[in-house]
Amino acid sequence: MSKKNVKFIQGNEVCAEAALYAGLGFFAGYPITPSTEIAEHLAKRLPEQGGRFIQMEDEISSMCAIIGASLTGSKVMTASSGPGISLKQEALGYAVMTEVPCVIVNVQRGGPSTGIPTHGSQGDVMQARWGCHGDHAIVVMTASNHQDVFEITVEAFNIAETYRTPVILLFDEVVGHTREKVVIPEPGDIPLVDRLRTSVRGGVDYHPYLPREDGRLPMSDFGSVHRYNVTGLAHDMWGFPSTKPEIVYGLMRHLVDKIEHRVNQLARYKEYHLEDAERILISYGASTRSALHVVRNRRAKGERLGLLELQTLWPFPYEIVRQKCSKAQAVIVVEMNMGQIVQEVKKAVKPSEKVFLANRFDGVFITPMDIMNILRVIQGKGV
Amino acid sequence: MWCPGCGHGIVLNSLLRAVEELGMSKNEIVMVSGIGCSARISGYVDFHSMHTLHGRALAFATGVKMSRPGLNVIVPMGDGDALAIGGNHFIHAARRNIDITAIVMNNRIYGMTGGQYSPLSGVGVIATTAPYHNIDHEFDVMEMARAAGASFVARTTTYHAKQATDLIRQAILHKGFSVVEILSQCPVQFGRRNKGGNAAEMMETYKTNTTPIGSKAKKENPNLLERGIFVQKDMPEYCNEYAKIIDQAMKGQ
Repeated sequence: MSKKNVKFIQGNEVCAEAALYAGLGFFAGYPITPSTEIAEHLAKRLPEQGGRFIQMEDEISSMCAIIGASLTGSKVMTASSGPGISLKQEALGYAVMTEVPCVIVNVQRGGPSTGIPTHGSQGDVMQARWGCHGDHAIVVMTASNHQDVFEITVEAFNIAETYRTPVILLFDEVVGHTREKVVIPEPGDIPLVDRLRTSVRGGVDYHPYLPREDGRLPMSDFGSVHRYNVTGLAHDMWGFPSTKPEIVYGLMRHLVDKIEHRVNQLARYKEYHLEDAERILISYGASTRSALHVVRNRRAKGERLGLLELQTLWPFPYEIVRQKCSKAQAVIVVEMNMGQIVQEVKKAVKPSEKVFLANRFDGVFITPMDIMNILRVIQGKGV
Repeated sequence: MWCPGCGHGIVLNSLLRAVEELGMSKNEIVMVSGIGCSARISGYVDFHSMHTLHGRALAFATGVKMSRPGLNVIVPMGDGDALAIGGNHFIHAARRNIDITAIVMNNRIYGMTGGQYSPLSGVGVIATTAPYHNIDHEFDVMEMARAAGASFVARTTTYHAKQATDLIRQAILHKGFSVVEILSQCPVQFGRRNKGGNAAEMMETYKTNTTPIGSKAKKENPNLLERGIFVQKDMPEYCNEYAKIIDQAMKGQ
């Protein structure tokens, strides 16, 4: 590890650096708090590496532009927050339907509407899952500290390229704007994945939307020898519109199954003191920082408290959460919203009566003291 | 997919002739369309083709062009597609002068959804959403494209198919953002409600109601719509300018 690899920077800059490490070739964005630094950083850094940056006229066009660029073979990303993410939803659905690899960063702020632009929140968990219309599956990942932001961002590119899917990085204002140490890995330290490209030669039929047996679809870059159609309409293996029930059924099953059937492969999580934990905190993103503080603090006092940090939020790892929490007497979900992931934990953990919520949704970062107070209430003690 | 008498097939024909005349490789052409009757054009060509979202074709095309500037990017759009929901992308693509060929297939109506008024319908038109008459003023695509900074701006009609081929050919050759507006008849949703007659009669109107730019006829009858090239100028092209940014940034490394 050389000294120049150690940096003290914002989470947003870490995300941008990680995208470059992953091979980002094109970024389109629009200014919005609290994600702007990602665009600013890439405006400077991308051309240094021969990549291309554009500030588009709005959030919608930014999302559209990265999809166009991805079809020519580039690794692509956009970043935004709150209202901007709402605007991107239609094009996000297009990327799902057309199976175009792309990474979308949502540095969450308080909502709904303009909400609290400068304060952290985790209110977009369900929007990330269901923001665009129609049945679909999607991959959503998050991280709580800068080293993990780096690794998860690279992972997001790897997953997007492997499964031809949009991946949403659901960060938040707290992680995005906190400055802390990060060690930029040397090239090769984290494996990188490039999309599968077809081996079908020019002049031979190439079926852009015919999945292989393993569910993957080799791509052909726009501009190369295979010319094909890409449409947001339900389509056949050639990429041409179809309303035939058997075609539509097969397409829908493929789009959802390629993600949902890989829930365990896609699950990223970290565990702290779960082995003998009587009570387990489950958290993700910035709120994990406070939850981890509480766990370390209480462990030092002999309390059997553990923490499960989720880094993949969707597809939700129900089975993993069920197993990890099977012996716990109580499971407390720590999040900065009115209770979004707690609903999923209740589906996973039985009886659901042992699942509790420790949350804040007033624009203030949830502190270890907040969590401690809620733990006392759950135990029937006074605050 | 297009109705009998629709002018869009003539636009497609003119476009294909232009591409053939230029001797372009199909592998170097990307056609990006939006949503609507016009947008179905991308399904009928043997290029790299994208059928995208309503109004957003130019935004997708910008990503394609930026990422691979060597590709020829052609973006056919309808009037509602290009100038209502897509109006913002239209003026900003023009402002950047990015090397994309935009074709506005102007039939003055939303055909696919059944005949609602568009920003190019004009006052007095009858549409399903203007059952009494339309009170919305129309854009002049030429004035708008010029004001927004497009460096090639031209107009013709489906009656003047050879001129359409020539203008599209020149637009593709032009290095910068080019706009070709082609008036295209919609006998089913527009003509039928507006005493426009059948397809042949609507095309006849294109013949009698238009004139070459700066013609004597225009001076005598200011109501005639001009055809031809309104703007053709050399300006720095966006991807070329960005290539210079890359050079500058890489030197600073």
